[in-house]
Amino acid sequence: MSDPRSTAPPRSTVLRPRHEALGASFTDFGGWDMPVRYTSDLAEHHAVRTAAGLFDISHMGEFLVTGADAAPFLDEVLAGRISTMRVGKAKYSLVLAEDGGIIDDVIVYRIAEDRFLVIANAGNRDAVAAAFAERVPHPGLVEDVSDHFALIAVQGPAARAVLEATAGVEDVDPSLDRLGYYAFAAATFAGEALFVARTGYTGEDGFELLVSNRHAPALWDALLAAGTPLGLVPAGLAARDTLRLEAGMPLYGHELSRDIRPAQAGLSRVVAVDKPSFVGKVGVDPVETAPVLVGLVSEGRRAGRAGYDVYDGDIRVGEVTSGALSPTLGHPIAMAYVDPAASAAGTVLHIDVRGTRIPATVTDLPFYRRNP
Amino acid sequence: MSHDIETLLYTPEHEWVHVDGDVVTFGITDHAAEQLGDVVFVDLPAVGGTVTAGQVCGEIESTKSVGELYAPVTGRVLEVNGAVDADPSAVNADPYGDAWLVRVQLEGDLPELLDRSAYAQLIGAAS
Repeated sequence: MSDPRSTAPPRSTVLRPRHEALGASFTDFGGWDMPVRYTSDLAEHHAVRTAAGLFDISHMGEFLVTGADAAPFLDEVLAGRISTMRVGKAKYSLVLAEDGGIIDDVIVYRIAEDRFLVIANAGNRDAVAAAFAERVPHPGLVEDVSDHFALIAVQGPAARAVLEATAGVEDVDPSLDRLGYYAFAAATFAGEALFVARTGYTGEDGFELLVSNRHAPALWDALLAAGTPLGLVPAGLAARDTLRLEAGMPLYGHELSRDIRPAQAGLSRVVAVDKPSFVGKVGVDPVETAPVLVGLVSEGRRAGRAGYDVYDGDIRVGEVTSGALSPTLGHPIAMAYVDPAASAAGTVLHIDVRGTRIPATVTDLPFYRRNP
Repeated sequence: MSHDIETLLYTPEHEWVHVDGDVVTFGITDHAAEQLGDVVFVDLPAVGGTVTAGQVCGEIESTKSVGELYAPVTGRVLEVNGAVDADPSAVNADPYGDAWLVRVQLEGDLPELLDRSAYAQLIGAAS
């Protein structure tokens, strides 16, 4: 899962001392040394499904796009229609290359009519910055603020209760009971601006909190103190990965890459093809025979994993991009790119698990959906 | 009952080895279990079959990765731990006790293995 292009030593977030004190193990992810688990992947996973988990996702990249031409600029450099977003809302979108391949998947937040926050994957921060710089109409429109902010996610059915109980979080506007999913609120923590987004990467309700590096450790401590009685535990990237896999959410470098067009990944809905122009428009349609992303479910406990071949009878029809024994469902799940002819739900394929062919049935994504 | 880690022998591939005459029991070390994360599946050799020193004889899967189990010695498999097959989390909970994995009848000489201090040095150097 580490970024093979990265050669510099991995960086650490400002919360590193907190993770060490909590006994975390670390892994290189996107050029960052991040907590992979604190005690147990499975316990952390189950905590997020039943109570709440606390994640340091400060490795992610943040860009502010500010100015009268911010909206038209984002309409051009992102696949979605950004200019019609309402202030206070969030939107999932893609940064495409000219040929329609995916440079990154991002979340865009409209902070004001002329001001947007774009959150990008850690490993793609430079690629996104370069893609934006290529089209930027004037200097100063886009500012990479990644190094100034920490990002903390609170995810799980108890996330709202945790945030409401957290000392120092004040002036949340709109209040959490009125804040919808894929929307955000302004707030303060210890008197300083706090950005509260109701977004996440786990398939649960939850929040992503953007805070200055300086205040991040105190916010982490306050969340943990308020949340522990409610079942909140710190959770690492291992749990984050199985959570997002169950929720059918793509991970860049696995389900998404420069060689994948949005339609192949089931993301046609986020491409506003009727926009007069945007980067990638000419190349966005994949060839008809291009492999498509499917979910695969198996019985037993042996999971297909990234890179394993998928067969239809004796014919290789694709490759697994992510797979695990689902902690919530108790059986193996995987996402894979397969030939369109083998992609219909209900088709029985086989995954080659280190020499053993395991039956796997094509299924609609997501594997797991929370109760509303 | 957990084995005393001070008196066990070890492989560089992170198996622990308990020798009782010509009956050899092995499992994976706590270091290996920690590196893997939560173990969710074990694939152990067939009882009655033969394992060969230094060769892969099974697999240990966690939520995040797959580890190979190397046979520390050559011999015939007397017994495998069915309780671990049923509840693989024992590998994390008690790697030196409840989660022994394979018991073999040693054939030939005991290969050269690491003592505790040599193994401790190995994992100290690796971390």
